[in-house]
Amino acid sequence: MSDEDVRSYYGRPVVKPPVWKPEIPWYLFTGGLGGGSAALAYAAGRSGNDVLARRAWLAAMAGVGASPLLLISDLGYPSRFLNMLRMFKVTSPMSVGSWVLVGAGATTSVAAAHALTGLLPRSARVARPAAALLGLPLSTYTGALLANTAVPIWHEARHSLPVVFAAGAAASAGAAATMLTPARHAAPARRLALMGSLVELGGVQAMEHRLGDLADPYHGPDVELFTRGARLLTATGALLIAGAARRSRAAAVAGGALVLAGALAERWSVFKSGFGSAGDPKHTVGPQRARIRGGRTRGASRRIEAAA
Amino acid sequence: MSTYGTDARPRMGFFTDTSLCIGCKACEVACKEWNRVPESPQGFSGHSYDNTLDLGANTWRHVAFVEQRKELGLDGGDLLGSLTLDHLVADTGLQTYQDGEDVRWLMASDVCKHCTHAACLEVCPTGALFRTEFDTVVVQQDICNGCGYCVPACPFGVLDQREGDGRVWKCTLCYDRLRDDKEPACAQACPTNSIQFGELGDLRDRAQQRLEQLADAGAASAQLYLADDEDGIGGAGAFFLLLDEPEVYGLPPDPVDTVRDIGSIWAAAGAAAVGLGVAVAAAFVGRKR
Repeated sequence: MSDEDVRSYYGRPVVKPPVWKPEIPWYLFTGGLGGGSAALAYAAGRSGNDVLARRAWLAAMAGVGASPLLLISDLGYPSRFLNMLRMFKVTSPMSVGSWVLVGAGATTSVAAAHALTGLLPRSARVARPAAALLGLPLSTYTGALLANTAVPIWHEARHSLPVVFAAGAAASAGAAATMLTPARHAAPARRLALMGSLVELGGVQAMEHRLGDLADPYHGPDVELFTRGARLLTATGALLIAGAARRSRAAAVAGGALVLAGALAERWSVFKSGFGSAGDPKHTVGPQRARIRGGRTRGASRRIEAAA
Repeated sequence: MSTYGTDARPRMGFFTDTSLCIGCKACEVACKEWNRVPESPQGFSGHSYDNTLDLGANTWRHVAFVEQRKELGLDGGDLLGSLTLDHLVADTGLQTYQDGEDVRWLMASDVCKHCTHAACLEVCPTGALFRTEFDTVVVQQDICNGCGYCVPACPFGVLDQREGDGRVWKCTLCYDRLRDDKEPACAQACPTNSIQFGELGDLRDRAQQRLEQLADAGAASAQLYLADDEDGIGGAGAFFLLLDEPEVYGLPPDPVDTVRDIGSIWAAAGAAAVGLGVAVAAAFVGRKR
């Protein structure tokens, strides 16, 4: 932080770091993969590309299927996971997301079952568009979830995080389908992977720029590897897909795998940055003091101004 | 508090007057005893007399000890000199300024703020966190599923997950005692009345008088913290009189309920979702190969 005169209590954190375990960055990835793939699968089906659609439904099922397992495993009291559905609260992205995930899980299961076995044709006709529609918020609400905390690097990036996660979802869905689909049916998947990769790369750059000094934890000792790795993997994978995936199956598989790894590393980078951000009182107190000094808020303290 | 109808009670809270705190930690002990809070051994911190370090699942009161090397007198200035200090001690019962050694020692007992706009409660997906008829914020331990969302949502870092239990725990403002018309254990145990319990309106009046008394006596840096509704959390049920800036005690100077921004957060997530849909559609435009 540029403001060196930020005071603190023995340098101890003001806000608590998250208690979330590695399941959560994995979920940020699988949710995006599943949600993005459902949208891709539905669009492929509508355009008559059934070869692509079938594989994208498979990827959607994998992503959406793994998600609840990861989330339940992360709970401090897993046997009470159904308590997530006691109510619906718009002030809690986790509550909204739980319902979205339930809906996406049910509809994607039906759509994928039909795509693979031909069973449930009439249910699938309803389930497919519903899964695609629910897949979109499933990919982005996690950005809202992280942003809706007191962790400075997340809250102050509240308008960027959903965009980064949406781009990561597009890149993941496109990459997975590029890997699974014969090249001549995979053109839309490649285009989606490239669009997603580009926006993801640009999005994180813009997010860091806007955060200014608050973005420092992205380059902290434990996080730098993921931050830089995400960019390298995504960029290399995207180049491979753009350059060679149309002709070479190996390039399609390698490029897709690299973009997927890049999207995963990006979620880890975002997740891990939250710990450094919450752990440093300068990041919490600095911007708050600046707000008060700049007259944008009165803060929470009231003194009696010296009369004379 | 319309939720409770005729069962609603006046809003109850704490006024923690840190100028009266002697750092005895009776509040910490009484809280643990009454609420059966597990031990929280954190070793020897080296931070003055503070080995509790922060609020958390197993520490619902935390006494902070701040040592400041300052000119004897007030606020680093020798304007008023030690005569004023003697006057302060004699007239106001001010305990926090220690004579001799040029050290100013600040002590403060921290606690859950029971915010008017409580982020923990608003982000809780299960409804385990709820608002009581006393307008306090309490975790229902038979509902909490340990999702941990409230932990980084709290702008004060009050809540935490209890190890080996998985659920989140925090100060209940002794909800059980309040229902029996008793004061919370910490307030009852406090020997100097640094922790005052009562109806919030009364406490605010009392705090304002105390602030004026201290200011008149020359304690220019004395300040009320979270004592009105105009801050980023809409005021607190537990507020403080501090003798230095909040961050010196580990408190945020401008805490904000993160849910204040939920509208723009959802707008961004919605726009991103639409953008994703447009990108998917765009992928099917143009060449087939």
